[in-house]
Amino acid sequence: MLEHALKGSKKYWLWLGFLGIFIITGAYFYLQQLKIGLGITGMSRDVSWAFYIANFTFLVGVAASAVTIVLPYYWHNHKVYGKMTILGEFLAVSAVTMCLLFVVIDMGQPMRVFNVLRYPTPNSILFYDVIVLNGYFILNLICAWTALHSYYKDSSYPSWLKPVIFLAIIWAPFIHIVTAFIYQGLPGRHYWLSAIMAPKFLVSAFSSGPALLIILAALIKKVANFDIGEKAFETLGKTMTYFYLAFLGFYLFEVFTSFYSGIPGHKAPFIYLFVGYEGHAEWVPFMWTAVILAIISLIILLNPRTRKNQTLLVLAAFTVFFSAYIEKGIGLVTGGFTPNPFETVTPYRPTLPEVLISLGVWSTGFLVLTVLYKITIEVDKRKNLAVKLKG
Amino acid sequence: MAIKRRDFLKILGVGGISTIGVAGIGSLYSRAEVEVVPHTPPQGALKAKRWGMVIDVRKCIESGEECIKNCEAIQACHLTHNVPNIPDKKKEIKWIWIDNFEHAFPDLKDQKIVEHLSRFPFFLLCNHCENPPCVRVCPTKATFKRSDGIVMMDFHRCIGCRFCMAGCPYGSRSFNWIDPRPYLTKVNPEFPTRKPGVVEKCLFCYERLDEGKIPACVEACKSQALIFGDLNDPESEINKILKERVSLTRKPELGTNPSVFYVI
Ligand code: SF4
Ligand code: SF4
Repeated sequence: MLEHALKGSKKYWLWLGFLGIFIITGAYFYLQQLKIGLGITGMSRDVSWAFYIANFTFLVGVAASAVTIVLPYYWHNHKVYGKMTILGEFLAVSAVTMCLLFVVIDMGQPMRVFNVLRYPTPNSILFYDVIVLNGYFILNLICAWTALHSYYKDSSYPSWLKPVIFLAIIWAPFIHIVTAFIYQGLPGRHYWLSAIMAPKFLVSAFSSGPALLIILAALIKKVANFDIGEKAFETLGKTMTYFYLAFLGFYLFEVFTSFYSGIPGHKAPFIYLFVGYEGHAEWVPFMWTAVILAIISLIILLNPRTRKNQTLLVLAAFTVFFSAYIEKGIGLVTGGFTPNPFETVTPYRPTLPEVLISLGVWSTGFLVLTVLYKITIEVDKRKNLAVKLKG
Repeated sequence: MAIKRRDFLKILGVGGISTIGVAGIGSLYSRAEVEVVPHTPPQGALKAKRWGMVIDVRKCIESGEECIKNCEAIQACHLTHNVPNIPDKKKEIKWIWIDNFEHAFPDLKDQKIVEHLSRFPFFLLCNHCENPPCVRVCPTKATFKRSDGIVMMDFHRCIGCRFCMAGCPYGSRSFNWIDPRPYLTKVNPEFPTRKPGVVEKCLFCYERLDEGKIPACVEACKSQALIFGDLNDPESEINKILKERVSLTRKPELGTNPSVFYVI
């Protein structure tokens, strides 16, 4: 099946070339980073994790969200998701690829990465994260590839696959729960020290993941004539809506706890993010953008009529995706480190190399995704053709 | 009624996952207390059950502004351990430094006590916590706790993930964002210099203890504001001071149990 990735229209190659430019640029700056050190980023003694880890955290969510499609399809036999399922699983594969890249890029001594396995340390959550992420990557690759292969061969998937699929379904939430545990078990980090962190992570993932899938599905419907079907769009839209509502609710619960209790340390990160703290307001415009995006999403999603309109649904998917990205990709990590342990503010802003390296990783992810989707679309096309010829 | 295969798999899955869950929680809970790495000091070394430090801020202020500005204890530490002098505040490396009361004890910020204490300088350094979160989170054991209470760093094993920096609630750790070597005015060949990409912090002069010497900062402080000793020995000097005077530790509510005490 792989050969399908090597034949394509001019547009296909142009798109791959476009991604290639970003990948090469990112790789160039990463080599700079290897030479100079992480000093070429905007991180500091006080904000010691930032854009890379934020992207990692967000993408773990995207990867985990595949379960919102795989579970209804296999567990509840929700036939509408037939074509969607493979797309979802391949999205998970590409998201985990990006996660692993972001983790390695964020390390000060990437050549020593195997120290994590050489000195296994079960009291470190990071140890579990490495295990669940790699496991999830392999599980999804097996599931999606085998399912696609049997579709290609026009048979139903082999019976040994079933337990693997169930394992992947059960595994999915854990990759995000474990990632949340990285944050929520740290003393002295008020913004993170909250038991609702893991559930909040899950619901934000289960809304932003389907949002991305809606965008991607709409895109390949347009450029490749691959239609997942109106019903699938509708159901995905509902999934996104309910989880997004849960996410907004959870976020407001946090605000309530912090401000009603009045504990200064707990209020400070919110104040920093939304109105600025001690004259520092770097992220205020971003956080309010997220709020505005959230309001637009709600207006579209809460009314079934606007939600069922595919153009508006895609627009809502964009607003959901970007508001969640701002919250997790910027708010979460900088909010956790600001104010610092001395209750002062060290502002953080990503530098250009940092942004370009991250763009390189995203482009790599999209390249993987494009190739996997291309194969899926070709297989589907050939099947349709065969059906037509036989018919 | 026979169970359908699909249902059976569901039950199997749910049962399996809850077993894993319970086992996982159990092992994490039992590991909330970090593992201690046994340590046998060489001949002639100073020994203790739990090393600790008392910082007498009153003595510090009595010695005058000049002394605080050009603190010899800090200089001695940083010279001994090849701590670079990086002017960029965001990338700086600090093992021991002085800050004010509000920053050292932010949770006591709004209290009456502050008016009185805000004029005192406070030495900040790694607290060598009894229950150190930095050790709990480190994925490679590059940060570990020794049986004499010293929280150690293995520069050669550290992968630079900076999880320990997120874990330390005291801002005691520094990361080498860039090559530190060009920022050394003098190199002490007895102590390793560092590469970019690793974390470092105060190590309670473990290498000097091995030679029977007290920590460099304690030795260099002219006004003897720093006192080092065994917290588990009731006869030690630091225990005597702690018995007589009022002491504070940073963020006691977090349960890390610092081994560095401030007497006021
Ligand atoms: S002060 Fe920070 S670095 Fe030092 S032992 Fe405690 S948690 Fe670890
Ligand atoms: S940065 Fe180094 S010492 Fe800190 S947690 Fe990671 S491996 Fe351990």
